[in-house]
Amino acid sequence: MEEMLREYLPILVFLAVAIGLGLVLILAAVVLAVRNPDPEKVSAYECGFNAFDDARMKFDVRFYLVSILFIIFDLEIAFLFPWAVAFKDVSMVGFWSMMVFLAVLTIGFAYEWKKGALEWE
Amino acid sequence: MESTIQADLAVILPEIILAVYAMLALLGAVYTRKDGLAPMLVWMTSAVMIVLAILIGSSAAGTQIAFGGMFVDDGFARFAKVTILVSAAVVLVMSQEYMQRRDLLRFEYPVLVALSAVGMMMMVSAGDLMALYMGLELQSLALYVVASLRRDSEKSTEAGLKYFVLGALSSGLLLYGASLVYGYAGTTLFSGIIQTAQHGEVSLGLLFGLVFLISGLAFKVSAVPFHMWTPDVYEGSPTPVTAFFATAPKVAAMALFARVLHDAFGGAVQDWQQVIALLSVASMFLGAVAAIGQTNIKRLMAFSSIAHMGYALIGLAAGTALGVQSMLIYLAVYVTMNVGTFAFILMMEKDGQPVLDIASLNMFSKREPAKALALLVLLFSLAGVPPMLGFFAKLGVWQAGVEAGLVWLVVASAVASAIGAYYYLRIVFFMYFGEDTGDERDWGNTPVLWGVLMASAAVMIVGIVNMFGIEGAAAAAAATLVN
Repeated sequence: MEEMLREYLPILVFLAVAIGLGLVLILAAVVLAVRNPDPEKVSAYECGFNAFDDARMKFDVRFYLVSILFIIFDLEIAFLFPWAVAFKDVSMVGFWSMMVFLAVLTIGFAYEWKKGALEWE
Repeated sequence: MESTIQADLAVILPEIILAVYAMLALLGAVYTRKDGLAPMLVWMTSAVMIVLAILIGSSAAGTQIAFGGMFVDDGFARFAKVTILVSAAVVLVMSQEYMQRRDLLRFEYPVLVALSAVGMMMMVSAGDLMALYMGLELQSLALYVVASLRRDSEKSTEAGLKYFVLGALSSGLLLYGASLVYGYAGTTLFSGIIQTAQHGEVSLGLLFGLVFLISGLAFKVSAVPFHMWTPDVYEGSPTPVTAFFATAPKVAAMALFARVLHDAFGGAVQDWQQVIALLSVASMFLGAVAAIGQTNIKRLMAFSSIAHMGYALIGLAAGTALGVQSMLIYLAVYVTMNVGTFAFILMMEKDGQPVLDIASLNMFSKREPAKALALLVLLFSLAGVPPMLGFFAKLGVWQAGVEAGLVWLVVASAVASAIGAYYYLRIVFFMYFGEDTGDERDWGNTPVLWGVLMASAAVMIVGIVNMFGIEGAAAAAAATLVN
């Protein structure tokens, strides 16, 4: 138990440093920075012109669909990269495992396509 | 290498078949007639499930291990798989007409049920924490979607969202526990964990991990204090989906619970026994007391299922082979009772609209004596009134509890069972001695639902004499798990 905890000591030190540094930077901004606010400075910044709407608005559920689709294929790439890098050492089992994975993903994609999730009108 | 992978794949053949079927069905339906194909798909899916159940049930005895111990196919897994597949198939068939009439039947429904069944099969066969999590998530993700099948209903979407958020929380607890267990045991394989987790030398970290694992799993079986989602999800989901929630996933989660506790922590029974006993006694009492005030029959069944999980947990708390055996029998009986009761609930309607108020059953015995009698038998069985099969299932877990020295738990459960009997018997009272409101209801009557109701009521009586060999199968299944 003691042995193992000692192995994790660097992580504890790292955590302490990370938290300490974060706090120091935030507090330094509060303590040291020069502040003289005026209405222009504190107003919300929106591409150079005045903010004209509330930031919280309803938007189409289709955005979620597209973003979910994006995440799925993003993850696919994340899986493909190490596989492709180690392609020389991957056995036939490894190759076909990835092919099955891609096939399953394609089935989901084909379903979504046919279901009309990608049509925006 | 090639030959071992083939051997591994042969072990998971039933799961592969069901998964491939689900994907082909999804593609086949979406490229042809879409929802027009749904009724046919429902029947086909349940046929595939029944065939798989027969295949698994008749496969050779013995334990097969695949993928380096990650997947275990033993008698225990086979018993649970057959129960899961059969109950899922029956619930699918029951839901077809109800959903079709309400324009709820999407072709995704049978596909999702099939996929969640794959997840459940994976769960009960898991031999590794990661395989466990994979099965659990496959099951849960499919269930979240099915819960909000009625997209335009506020309650149904609420049910789906609530289930999803709390399910994610429980997954988080479970994963945290799994990471602690991995950190302190040095492996995620159950066969490796059991070597580090022997009684007397379970380290504090491992114990923490175990408690988090138990909490995560208690969410899935809806044991108190992790039960809050159950009534709302049961009430909000479409009734056939509720029937599904109350049966197959419960069996899978309980079986997974037993698998983790015995396969990975079987050497440290003393360490988890009190936790399980506490979950059990809290579930039984909350289920019994909280259901008294319910007038919606689906909410009532939710609390009833919480209480029943409490009774099943007694078998698990015993920590013996007899305990696991009685738990398996209890689950099989519980599923049969619930399927029958939900067949009745699916028939409760007026002018095509579902009626879920208990008061609508006033003097039901006059209008439809046969159905009232069947429900009477099922309710007596749910309450555990002696001549019915439900009582013998309870007796089984009580025996296991007493033998393991948990007399206080058994006494508490007898008290809870007596309290709980009140709300089951109240429905019987309404049916036979209630006020006649003269309200002539147009009761839905479909041959499938009627048949399932009568069959499960008949099992509750015939089962007293002959349990169809379930006892022997459960004993053999328990023997493979506990050694």
